[in-house]
Amino acid sequence: MSEATDKQEAKPADPLAPETLQAAVESAEKEFAAAADLDQLAAVKPAHLGDQSPLLLARREIGSLPKERKADAGKRVNEARQAVQAAFDARRAALQAERDERVLREESVDVTLPWDRVPRGARHPITTIAERVSDVFVGMGYEVAEGPELEAEWFNFDALNFGKDHPARQMQDTFYVAPEDSGLVLRTHTSPVQARALLHRELPVYVVCPGRTYRTDELDATHTPVFHQVEGLAVDKGITMAHLKGTLDAFARAMFGERSKTRLRPHFFPFTEPSAEVDVWFPEKKGGPGWVEWGGCGMVNPNVLRACGVDPDVYSGFAFGMGLERTLQFRNGIPDMRDMVEGDVRFTLPFGTEA
Amino acid sequence: MRVPVSWLKERLELSDDVTAQDLADAFVRIGIEVDGVHPLEEITGPLVIGRVAEIEELTEFKKPIRYCQVEVGEAFTAGEDTAERDEDEDDDLDPTRPRTNGIICGATNFAEGDLVVVALPGAVLPGGFEITARKTYGHVSEGMICSARELGLGDDHTGILVLPPGTADPGDDARGVLDLDDTVLELAPTPDRGYALSIRGLARELGCALDVPFGDPAAIDVPEAEGDAWPVRIEDTEGCRRFVVRRVTGLDAGAPTPWWMRRRLLLSGIRSLSLAVDVTNYVMLELGQPLHAFDTGSVQGELVVRRAKEGEKLTTLDDAERELDPDDVVIADDTGVISLAGTMGGAGTEIHADSTDVLLEAAHWDPPSISRTARRHRLFSEAAKRFERYADPQVCAAAVELAARLLRQYGDGSILPGRTDEGGTEPHPALTMPISLPDQVAGVRYERGVTVRRLTQIGCKVAVGTGDDGTALVTAVPPSWRGDLNQPADLVEEVLRLEGYDSIPSVLPTAPAGRGLTETQRRRRTVSRALAEAGYVEVIPFPFVAKATWDAFALPEDDPRRGGLTVLNPLESDKNELATTLLPGLLETLQRNLSRGFRDLALYHVGQVVLPPGEPVAVPDLGVAGRPSDDELATLERSVPPQPLHVAVVLTGQRQRAGWWGQGEAAGWADAVQAARTVAAAAGVELRTEADDLLPWHPGRCARLLVDDVPVGHAGELHPKVVESLGLPRRTVAMELDLDAVPLPRSRPAPAVSPYPPVLLDVALVVDAGVPSADLADALREGAGELLEDVTVFDAYTGEQVGEGKRSLAYKLRFRAPDRTLTVEEATQARDSAVAAAAQRCGAALRG
Repeated sequence: MSEATDKQEAKPADPLAPETLQAAVESAEKEFAAAADLDQLAAVKPAHLGDQSPLLLARREIGSLPKERKADAGKRVNEARQAVQAAFDARRAALQAERDERVLREESVDVTLPWDRVPRGARHPITTIAERVSDVFVGMGYEVAEGPELEAEWFNFDALNFGKDHPARQMQDTFYVAPEDSGLVLRTHTSPVQARALLHRELPVYVVCPGRTYRTDELDATHTPVFHQVEGLAVDKGITMAHLKGTLDAFARAMFGERSKTRLRPHFFPFTEPSAEVDVWFPEKKGGPGWVEWGGCGMVNPNVLRACGVDPDVYSGFAFGMGLERTLQFRNGIPDMRDMVEGDVRFTLPFGTEA
Repeated sequence: MRVPVSWLKERLELSDDVTAQDLADAFVRIGIEVDGVHPLEEITGPLVIGRVAEIEELTEFKKPIRYCQVEVGEAFTAGEDTAERDEDEDDDLDPTRPRTNGIICGATNFAEGDLVVVALPGAVLPGGFEITARKTYGHVSEGMICSARELGLGDDHTGILVLPPGTADPGDDARGVLDLDDTVLELAPTPDRGYALSIRGLARELGCALDVPFGDPAAIDVPEAEGDAWPVRIEDTEGCRRFVVRRVTGLDAGAPTPWWMRRRLLLSGIRSLSLAVDVTNYVMLELGQPLHAFDTGSVQGELVVRRAKEGEKLTTLDDAERELDPDDVVIADDTGVISLAGTMGGAGTEIHADSTDVLLEAAHWDPPSISRTARRHRLFSEAAKRFERYADPQVCAAAVELAARLLRQYGDGSILPGRTDEGGTEPHPALTMPISLPDQVAGVRYERGVTVRRLTQIGCKVAVGTGDDGTALVTAVPPSWRGDLNQPADLVEEVLRLEGYDSIPSVLPTAPAGRGLTETQRRRRTVSRALAEAGYVEVIPFPFVAKATWDAFALPEDDPRRGGLTVLNPLESDKNELATTLLPGLLETLQRNLSRGFRDLALYHVGQVVLPPGEPVAVPDLGVAGRPSDDELATLERSVPPQPLHVAVVLTGQRQRAGWWGQGEAAGWADAVQAARTVAAAAGVELRTEADDLLPWHPGRCARLLVDDVPVGHAGELHPKVVESLGLPRRTVAMELDLDAVPLPRSRPAPAVSPYPPVLLDVALVVDAGVPSADLADALREGAGELLEDVTVFDAYTGEQVGEGKRSLAYKLRFRAPDRTLTVEEATQARDSAVAAAAQRCGAALRG
């Protein structure tokens, strides 16, 4: 600035002379470049682009020029002015970018800090696995059937072909409810829902019944007196044991992966004949691929169909049942069944809303 | 049931290369569960038969100790151990006399001259138990006299194993005598297959599974009888279908049980007691027919089979005096009841040490009667176990004959020519079915002739015919030992399991299109997920409650929640009530988590509760032959108490956690109410709250929850006294509602959304402190009319500025017109109407 002033003072030249204009442009460019921030830039702006700036003053001189020189001088002044404006704009943009970057840098935070003011809860894995099983069967066209946990003995035993004094009734370690002749028990399996479904639904019946069940086992690492089962029932014309096998295989694949498979071993249940225990093989089994006892199944005993008003000469069916705690235990490698019943939040939270 | 493989093999024509594991696999394949395969453990080193030559009782010790000289024959050649032998024992220098070892023994069940099994120094017994010569009780013991358990022959450890005289000679290698090259299978036949609780039944099963010939141990000649063995009268022909007696006299009371029989009993887990008792057990194991031996001298007059009479008592073999039930089937003589039929004999007629005259009885008892008696008296004897699962009525005579012959052979007895055989048995009814039924059930095309072949193999009498419609039929008469073949499906199972379930293919059936989850099922999931997302952790506590919990809840005596049903056989005797609310279980789980060091907890449970039954409904005794009538079914279903689905939460500690961001916020009554709102929102219904006073909640901080004006539950802070008596953290809060009582929304709303701008206006109103904010909001809403889009309370203030007994509530009102831009004037007018309504209905004044 002082240099420019010096020049003017030294040689009061023609303000419209090309050298004068060029000097004004260079002076402006120099000072804009020297501005360290937007404030400094704003401070030097009037001297080069304000009313009293050399170029503005020069423009005023044009009016007094002879007509033939006006166009030429005007053009020169305008070019000079545009150059100054461009220098200003460029510098301002650069300084703005610099400032924005600095501000953002200054606003940076520690993104590893937690913000769980109300941490998310979780659903019990037994609930979610029950839903998952239901979804698998709903996908096959089944419907979900439910029943009461405190159940009439007739549904829990009689209708399922448990003879009044047959030892099979004792196999199940039943919780009985007072008074002695109440006819009520805590259901020992989800199978009474089979009977209810057959009595109340129209044939054919394809249902899956998840629910809570009870047996008088002491709580330990592999037993719990209150547990969950899922039951499947299909009653239709022409249902065979091959259909049972196919359904169990599909179920196993859905729960344990595409390579899973099942096998049947002959067994006894009063409500199925023939009956079988089902084992599942899956690759991710803890300790290496192998077979695990999974549940019971069989062809619905004609006596059960009869008690539920279904003609066994026309219809046949299959049924199967699995313990959900057990399924979860060997599928997820849970070492102790007590973890599933005690309600310790450390057990449940990692499951989130899926099992 | 424990079964030595050698015993099974005796009945089968098996090639030598069939292993115990092969047999176990075959059992599994046909449906007999194998709980264990136990090869007898190898014993290495010198194990010999010894004869006890001399017993010196050492009396200076606390327990009886014997120092025995045992002849161990020549097998033992003197080694370096001899140097340490007792000095007085120098007879080993005499080659003509048998070698004897000095051995210390703590058992006393043997005498001089007895044959025993001796593990000599250098022998290694099962479990890696190494025998060395060692100094003990003041003597050098050169070996060990073994018990059956120490030899790996079962669990009998009541004394050392004494072999019958003549079994072997001292010095013989004991391994051959004990026959240690054997395996015990632990089998668990299902309860429908009573016949499989015997060598006879199990060997037959293997014969079918492996397609090898089977020799029936019951196929013995039963001679014609000459008169009765003893007078018998069956009064109760339902309880007892057949009763056979044979009498053996002149028995040598002291005759020992032969070693081969004892060995089998030992391996089967049955203690040897005396020849007569061992023989009855042996025949039971082999044929599956439990026998009873009466001491003839103790029986007075005719044996009568009948039901017990009221007040009758019997002291059974286990020395327990039992009060009999009129439903118990018993055997009586002139003196009264002498046996609890099929379950346990009486002490009074028991075989004793000097019985020389016995009555051997085999009968067929009614399975349900035995089952009831066994349960009633908690007498789950080996006999009862077989009878309640059905024993073969045809085998009674053969079983008695076999037992009598064994007593004659080994006890020197005489079988009297008479035999009593009361009652009789009918063959099982024939079953007819299409010959292709097994194929239809399995979904398999079996080879021709499979059905007939398999049914014949299990012992059925089979005939083939043609039905009226030309269907090929098979008619099978089940064998006498199969009480479980009662319908075609039972025959089908036999064919399928013997052909192998692995031959059944995998075919997915096509179910008809389903309707998906019901509204109720979807709602349950949504509610559960909403609570989890809101920070609650799901738990599933047991539904068993102790009466003390209701006391801690301070519930009045007549509170319906106390009226829960009780479990007759609870696992914890005080926790015998079925929960009528989810709170006890939730609070117990809360405490468990607190005791494990957690302070900030939010738990929820979605589960059934059992409401106290109203008038008890007499449960009809419905048959199972066909569908119950609609009335019967309705009555039956009414007899089951209502079990609505509840949702409940409990919270304690901080709801909003403290952290680096600053202070946290303690869980309070409002969080509990908010949980209910979360549930309601998930269920698509509007929830209203009003003040209530219900234990266990705080009387001033308890909200009644209503949907459509129907109360569905409660929420708020727990009563301080309840919190104190349960040992919970102060200000623990809870919510519980009956989800089944919440109506399903008829349809979800389809709101018309106005695109015009709103006018926002605030009002602050002063009302009596008792006026609920919800009521005031209702009044504003009603007064404002349709232009009011939303009203929210944003401030509640009590204090000096509004005066004693007053409260100021401030609301944000959002007005909007559906069809135009609303003017401020219109909105203000609506607000004024709202304030006027609030003034009129709630006595509200605009706060100056």
